[in-house]
Amino acid sequence: MPWQMGLPQPATAIMQELRWFEQFTLWFIIPITLLVLFLLAWCMVRYRASANPVPSRTSHNTTIEVIWTVAPVVVLLMIAVPSFQLLTSQYTPPDEPEITIKATGLQWFWEYEYQDAEENVSFASLMLRDGDRAAQNKEDRALYPRLLAVDNEVVVPVNTTVRVLVTAADVIHAWKIPAFGIMSDAVPGRINETWFRAEREGIFYGMCSELCGMDHAFMPIAVRVVSQELYNDWLVAAATDVPGANQALRAAIYAESSVAQAAD
Amino acid sequence: MAGAAAHAHDDHKPTGWTRWVYSTNHKDIGTLYLIFAITAGILGGLLSVAMRYELAEPEIRLFHGLAAMVYGFEGDAAIDGGKHMYNVFTTAHGLIMIFFMVMPALIGGFANWMIPIMIGAPDMAFPRMNNISFWLLPPAFLLLLMSMFVPGAPGMYGVGTGWTIYPPLSTSGSPGPAMDLAILALHIAGASSILGAINFITTIFNMRAPGMTLHKMPLFAWSVLITAFLLLLALPVLAGGITMLLTDRNFGTTFFDPAGGGDPILFQHLFWFFGHPEVYILILPAFGIVSHIVATFSRKPVFGYLGMAYAMVAIGAVGFVVWAHHMYTTGLSLNTQRYFVFATMVIAVPTGIKIFSWIATMWGGSIQMRTPMMWAIAFIFLFTVGGVTGVQLANAGLDRYMHDTYYVVAHFHYVLSMGAVFGIFAAWYYWFPKMTGYMYNSLIARIHFWLTFIGVNVLFFPQHFLGLAGMPRRYVDYPDAFAGWNMVSSYGSYLAAIGTLVFLYGVFEAFAKKREAGANPWGEGATTLEWQLPSPPPFHQWEQLPKVK
Repeated sequence: MPWQMGLPQPATAIMQELRWFEQFTLWFIIPITLLVLFLLAWCMVRYRASANPVPSRTSHNTTIEVIWTVAPVVVLLMIAVPSFQLLTSQYTPPDEPEITIKATGLQWFWEYEYQDAEENVSFASLMLRDGDRAAQNKEDRALYPRLLAVDNEVVVPVNTTVRVLVTAADVIHAWKIPAFGIMSDAVPGRINETWFRAEREGIFYGMCSELCGMDHAFMPIAVRVVSQELYNDWLVAAATDVPGANQALRAAIYAESSVAQAAD
Repeated sequence: MAGAAAHAHDDHKPTGWTRWVYSTNHKDIGTLYLIFAITAGILGGLLSVAMRYELAEPEIRLFHGLAAMVYGFEGDAAIDGGKHMYNVFTTAHGLIMIFFMVMPALIGGFANWMIPIMIGAPDMAFPRMNNISFWLLPPAFLLLLMSMFVPGAPGMYGVGTGWTIYPPLSTSGSPGPAMDLAILALHIAGASSILGAINFITTIFNMRAPGMTLHKMPLFAWSVLITAFLLLLALPVLAGGITMLLTDRNFGTTFFDPAGGGDPILFQHLFWFFGHPEVYILILPAFGIVSHIVATFSRKPVFGYLGMAYAMVAIGAVGFVVWAHHMYTTGLSLNTQRYFVFATMVIAVPTGIKIFSWIATMWGGSIQMRTPMMWAIAFIFLFTVGGVTGVQLANAGLDRYMHDTYYVVAHFHYVLSMGAVFGIFAAWYYWFPKMTGYMYNSLIARIHFWLTFIGVNVLFFPQHFLGLAGMPRRYVDYPDAFAGWNMVSSYGSYLAAIGTLVFLYGVFEAFAKKREAGANPWGEGATTLEWQLPSPPPFHQWEQLPKVK
């Protein structure tokens, strides 16, 4: 969103918790910053040379020193408790993931592989070039923004726990979806595991988040969350023809949304 | 004790170029370091303004032209060349500002100049080693600059890996010799710093004036002592890491290559075991300087002196066991992340002690808002802003979102570009009359301060919003939704750049007008030993050692 000042709207419970925690920390750090600002301003005004020509010689006060050592400890403990809860829930999926997708970062695109589909579904996902918009029926720049839209999105069903295995084939990349609150480095030679459970339908974008060379800024990540039925249809179709399956999926979604609009 | 400044007649002061090239005098070497740091800072600053100009609006608008101009790319190749060149700029900006601007200014420059004087020593312990410490830097800098013009990534010029030089991007991803030149530049700059650290440790431990126990030593000397230990312990780890990188690149080893049983993450551990202490190396000397300035212009002794000294010791020690908080997203185990969250948050406690002790030093004082004090107070506030966002980033759960976004860029520029750099300018205006004997023009100095203060805040505060909105760092172009705050940020950059021009003019003006500063322009609040010497101090000082009660 233009001029956005805070975190995006969450699409998962994890991002909800993450966003809550970010706002929770603000309740500590903004007052602390303002306190420091106020104390500095107070000193500058109240103890300016013209108002206070004779300086005090105080250079110790054990009580106040103990207070400003213990008070930050208390604040940090108050931050630490929900922080550790958030960290733990990021590593605790609510149930055994039903779908496993392997994401491989390459210079400069992503490859996806649906690991437990009956038939092999795998495809490369490249940034959508402006010249290809018409051919792919992706003219709507609000829905398919420049530098974020891709040719083939990852498609997953809503309210389903999805495991993502993240790796890379050349240099380090990072797979991130802000609205899901997840990020995992894609490191050659190792497989990092993360998961998400999207709670609403839509397209969610992310960007490569580890410097990977020339086109680091041009290998976006896009996940399309759809209903279970549409996902099932897509998966079957994608086994043989990924672009065709995506085309059919888009048509189905357009149809659904126009029906919904008509019902309004 | 005041007579200790007496000028000796037998000090054969060398003249001409031998005075500088063969110099073994800590003040001359300090001056060389400061000139070097200003030169490198201007270059590193120009790189950043170019990047901000590029980012002011979406789409690539500068770097394809730069790449065509500098490297001779044509057509679409210029676009690709420009994208890579942007990465080269971020890399060079980071390395130059850290290794060739902040470290030479604070440690080589101000510490070299002032530590012997402040502890009552005639010079550094190893004057010839001091000379080689400085003269290693220009060749290191030249190697880094050369690296920008030789092949790096396939078909491209320069090192585009970021200052973190993570493999495989820095090995198989950058086959050209640019990376090797950059590695050698870091090797030489690191050797320079290690030699300097040895010199400072020896000087501070052995050459303090009679009566100056460690617990009576000025806080700047404490800060430099701790910094020197951090350098001595951290830099060899970097040297080891980048040597392995060099052999991976050139001699077929596979330390960081999974195909041969190596691990790219090992490099990140080695790098950040150096890299995290490094950020304290950059900021600790500024802590020491700010303590002196706040005490001087409040006309009060530093509040909680021992707490201030040992808070720095604690920051230095804990700084060695928090490195993996730069690596939360690499696949560290849950328990490892928990430990690094905890250890990182601990650092907020001694840092808080320092912030509050500075305020308590001002409390009840008789405060004169001279230019150094303005920089010091701004330092305290802006460092606090950078500190509290650091507390947020310490939390692995939240860092999962913020890692590698502009939130991190905003955070570390608040602690470095506004912390370390404000410390440097505070020190500059505080000690400029002492070092040169001339008084700067207060009006020009204030204009410099306000342009910089407003400029860097307009520049970096909106980057918090960009980071929260999810804009990744090291991006030459960004989705259009990020355009607004990027434009604001770029205007801040231009303002800060104008501030730098005013700074340079102020230096020129002070040397041109030659206003006598006198031995102590700051009055009775300035109690450390350097203010008992004339300005500028004699070529050799303390031939009769001062006695400290």
